[in-house]
Amino acid sequence: MFGNLSDRLSDTFKNLRGKGRLSAADIDGTLRDIRRALLEADVSLEVVKEFTGKIRERALGDEVSKALNPAQQVVQIVNDELKAILGGEARKLSFSKNPPTVIMLAGLQGSGKTTLAGKLAKWLKEQNHTPLLVAADLQRPNAVTQLQVLGEKVGVPVFAPEAGNGVGNPVKVSKDAIAFAKKSQYSVVIVDTAGRLGVDEEMMQQARDIRNAVEPDEILFVVDSMLGQDAVNVAKAFHEGVGVSGVVLTKLDGDSRGGAALSVATITGAPILFSSTGEGLDAFEPFYPDRMASRILDMGDIVSLIEKAQQSFDEEESKRLAEKMAKDQFTLQDFLEQMQQIKKMGSMKGILGMLPGVGQMKKQLEEFDEKEITRTEAIIYSMTPLERTQPKVLNGARRMRIARGSGTSVTEVNQLIARFEQAAKMMKTVAKGGMPNIPGANPALMGGGGFSGGKKKIDQKKKGSKSGNPAKRAAENAGLDFGSEKSSGSGSAFGL
Amino acid sequence: MFKFLKRLRRDKPIETPEVIQEVLVAEPVVEVIPEPIAQETRVEAPKPEVQKVEKPKPVEKPAVAVQEVELPKRSLGDGVRSLFSSAIELDDLEDILIRADFGVDAALEISDELKRAANKAGASSDAELRLLLKDLLTKKLTRSDAALNLSDGKLPYVILVVGVNGAGKTTTIGKLSRWLRDGDWNVVLGAADTFRAAAVEQLATWASRADAKLVGPEKEGQDPASVAYQTVELALSTDADIAIIDTAGRLQNKKDLMDELGKIRRAVEKQASIAEVLLVIDSTMGQNALAQAKAFAEVADVTGIVMTKLDGTAKGGILYSLQEQLDLPVKLVGVGEGINDFAFFSPEEFAKGLVAYKQER
Ligand SMILES: Nc1nc2c(ncn2[C@@H]2O[C@H](COP(=O)(O)OP(=O)(O)OP(=O)(O)O)[C@@H](O)[C@H]2O)c(=O)[nH]1
Ligand SMILES: [Mg+2]
Repeated sequence: MFGNLSDRLSDTFKNLRGKGRLSAADIDGTLRDIRRALLEADVSLEVVKEFTGKIRERALGDEVSKALNPAQQVVQIVNDELKAILGGEARKLSFSKNPPTVIMLAGLQGSGKTTLAGKLAKWLKEQNHTPLLVAADLQRPNAVTQLQVLGEKVGVPVFAPEAGNGVGNPVKVSKDAIAFAKKSQYSVVIVDTAGRLGVDEEMMQQARDIRNAVEPDEILFVVDSMLGQDAVNVAKAFHEGVGVSGVVLTKLDGDSRGGAALSVATITGAPILFSSTGEGLDAFEPFYPDRMASRILDMGDIVSLIEKAQQSFDEEESKRLAEKMAKDQFTLQDFLEQMQQIKKMGSMKGILGMLPGVGQMKKQLEEFDEKEITRTEAIIYSMTPLERTQPKVLNGARRMRIARGSGTSVTEVNQLIARFEQAAKMMKTVAKGGMPNIPGANPALMGGGGFSGGKKKIDQKKKGSKSGNPAKRAAENAGLDFGSEKSSGSGSAFGL
Repeated sequence: MFKFLKRLRRDKPIETPEVIQEVLVAEPVVEVIPEPIAQETRVEAPKPEVQKVEKPKPVEKPAVAVQEVELPKRSLGDGVRSLFSSAIELDDLEDILIRADFGVDAALEISDELKRAANKAGASSDAELRLLLKDLLTKKLTRSDAALNLSDGKLPYVILVVGVNGAGKTTTIGKLSRWLRDGDWNVVLGAADTFRAAAVEQLATWASRADAKLVGPEKEGQDPASVAYQTVELALSTDADIAIIDTAGRLQNKKDLMDELGKIRRAVEKQASIAEVLLVIDSTMGQNALAQAKAFAEVADVTGIVMTKLDGTAKGGILYSLQEQLDLPVKLVGVGEGINDFAFFSPEEFAKGLVAYKQER
């Protein structure tokens, strides 16, 4: 329905390409995109404002202006801040030293408390706890029955002295449950309460009374991940009205972007402990801040890619290369170094998998063979420094020597040199057209076609060698064969 | 208010359609017992339209004898909270609408339109702006297809109720049943949520509160389509006016579960046409409600939307985009957990509530 943030940001970034620095206006443009993305993800406006304010402050600071790729750096900051809020003080459920540990569930109507109670009970039981479920939702028709059915399914007893449907006192039930749990030595008590609105004073008072009666070790605020702008109001009401020690996000198996997670975490300051991800009683897992951050931003794992790229690439080195390319001084030595950088990045396939919307490049990379790099290394290592910096001197005799020295064939040496020449040519083109502002600015990656322009030119060049020498032509075409043809002409400088 | 056609009830069902005209003229509209409306209504409840239909609308050869009725008055009442805790500032309106879940685009659109309207009218005072906004929203929210389709005379009317988990489907059915019963309709409920624990029992509780008949699965986990089929069967055999089928909550991205709705539809259509497919949307939901409506409309041919939980702090602004983007009318609103906390959606009442002077509680 909406373009996602990565699409939108790449548009913004396109305009920023070639800029070494982001101006305050550039940053504001980026922030507008981020604001919109967050709002579309249902992060509450109040929280969006606070959040973008923080981003702006950091983005104007040193770390961005010094970065080689300032725009990406902004995204990185967004991600950091998101994770800081979502996973700030990640922690496990806290258990009381004097059992029973009491867990009270609270939240709006229909948020998924009762189902969660069942899941929690099952999960605790599997960890050798002896949980007791307490049916303190005496409001909603047959909430008690529902809990009883769930308890039976997971083999956990349910304390349900009242039938509910508007009859019975939930405070008394909760209090009696604790006494019963102590007497019968249950290790954990899970109190399911009725859904209530934050503005319903009477019901909020009841929640406080239940809390005071059971003295919970955890008050878990159960939040539907589809919640909209109201999340701030609801979170405030529960935080101030009952107190929240931890948050559980439900219905995460849906396709909501889950911005409510950010709102609730910001307002309550409480950690998000669990995700509820389905109707089955096993659909329950710890909360992963990273996943949530990318989900809210709808960015695939682009940020992980950036991180990975930043670790692997020496930015200064990339800059130096870019300058060299622009000056037409690209050598086999540089070619080798780039190859090695790619290798350092780890599995290309893995990295490509993280990038949203790069199908073409992905296919190409699927065919990428790391052994190729090893062979390239061997060949270039067998060259003299002169040959590496001035490939023009590579005549037949030299090529023969190199082949022997590297344990390869002359054809393979020829293939490599042909690829190098193409890469050099292409990079010159790219360098003249301005450096795309991508992580590490590695020409090898740009040559991959996914990021850069100039793709078509290369496609044409790769149709085949036009050499008049049949042997040479065959060799060069063979060289193309393990490279670009297989990758259906997507135009890698390396024939990857 | 909307008028509906329901089965004419005498000691014995009347088979001859000729009687209808006579009955319609002769019999007064079923007596309306107004529900006690909450005393402190936020906005003045609109007066029920008194104009009586002089001549009955021509009825398309209904299979059974029918009579024209109204439903007892229900009001949004306290449901909608004001958007404004202080005077309207045109420059803040966009943000305020975003906070009310109107969404970024609609918020911009409405605030621009209000600015233009204010300019044109030379309006600048708080009161003038509120009035303009109320009129603007009312105009944009008003649709001609907002009435429940209970007037084509094809009895029994079958209503299918669908939506995501916890939206308020079962509760809505309880309230709607009570309302219809208060208007002397014969109601059969179908518990086709055979999945969620105690869902059948929950509907049974509502059935007894509303004095409606219930068809439940004969065994646990029975195919919901077969429950739907049996519900219609009972409605037919007992000459009921209406059959309302509760379905299990499902998230719109679960293909198998969504396909199941098609199956339920087909089971119903073996014996009767479907009068309404109501999609229940929780007002506290944000932009995902659009995705919900889109998906449910595709597989289940949704004919109307029910916005629930408008009694909370959520303003339900998403209903604006639901109508605009998906061209689906909002027909009903839920404003509480009580059996009478329910009303037809009135754009005017809603708009009035949003611009009211009252402070947020
Ligand atoms: N405050 C308020 N609560 C409501 C309203 N409508 C429903 N609820 C509550 O929301 C919760 C869920 O309602 P249900 O009717 O069980 O929802 P459902 O869609 O049938 O749920 P599933 O069948 O579990 O998917 C219950 O606690 C209801 O009491 C409303 O208009 N206002
Ligand atoms: Mg239900």
